[in-house]
Amino acid sequence: MKTLDHAKVTDAVRVATREVFSMMMGLEVEAEPAYEEANSTGNVDGVVALIGLAGQWTGGGVVQCDAPLARKFYASLLMTECDPANEGISEEVLDAGAEIANMIIGNVKNAMERDLGPIGLGIPSVVYGRNFTTRSAGSNWIVNPFVCDGGRLLVKFCLTPPMNAAGGPAELLGREFPRKHPAIA
Amino acid sequence: MLLDVLIVDDSAAIRKIVQRVLRQAELPLGQIYEAGDGLEALKALESQKVDLILADINMPNMDGLQLLERIKSHDQWKQLPVVMVTTEGSESKVMAAAKMGAVGYVRKPFSAEQFRQTLDGIFAV
Repeated sequence: MKTLDHAKVTDAVRVATREVFSMMMGLEVEAEPAYEEANSTGNVDGVVALIGLAGQWTGGGVVQCDAPLARKFYASLLMTECDPANEGISEEVLDAGAEIANMIIGNVKNAMERDLGPIGLGIPSVVYGRNFTTRSAGSNWIVNPFVCDGGRLLVKFCLTPPMNAAGGPAELLGREFPRKHPAIA
Repeated sequence: MLLDVLIVDDSAAIRKIVQRVLRQAELPLGQIYEAGDGLEALKALESQKVDLILADINMPNMDGLQLLERIKSHDQWKQLPVVMVTTEGSESKVMAAAKMGAVGYVRKPFSAEQFRQTLDGIFAV
């Protein structure tokens, strides 16, 4: 049964993130060591873009940074200036954050599909706030931090295997799930 | 010939970037129209004549493949070239778009040169 290769996920995240930042924003990102995180982010200040992944394997991706960095990304992406007097986050900055997440997570998904089969990409949602927590059901996140333009960007990815796969819900619960409901088997 | 282009993407940022990249590619551009999803694109096509459609695949309300299907089944629009500009790289979706009549595919992230090469294959620009 196929398993999720964490090193492959990290490689795919790094390739996708570097490509998006260099091609679309003209920015360099420097990767820091990846680590695993439980399914809660703890307290967050800033912008968090989330995208769901669905298919036989299910999960999601997150791109997270603080507000000043999100404004810099928007300015680089659109080749515009951010109003330095405005420290808030506009609709345009949120939209840019969603698209950056869409491109990074979408390309990681494309890379993982070669091993895991078709995975559908959802529509991104973006949250901005102070001292908030996000939580997701499922397996741990593979977190890839990057340093960019003096700030820190986190790209998180998780995929949960199908019901009866190694590491999937069946193994965790110690029993196999029927492939069809008994009533229709 | 100046190209009137309809850009269909749910991200306003991407619509602006596509416009910028088209200009960087020094294409002979006429009017540029924008739509946020497939439904808005169909409305725009009812009132504007365009020479090229650049459409994302993953969009709310009506996605790019549904839009492509509607365009290719419409007598007046079926000859319009549609290029998919998308993060979506699933072989099944790329193949589906090609089978349904898309004439090109530009993967996000993209460069002006990639756009230029794709459109060179469609128009003598």
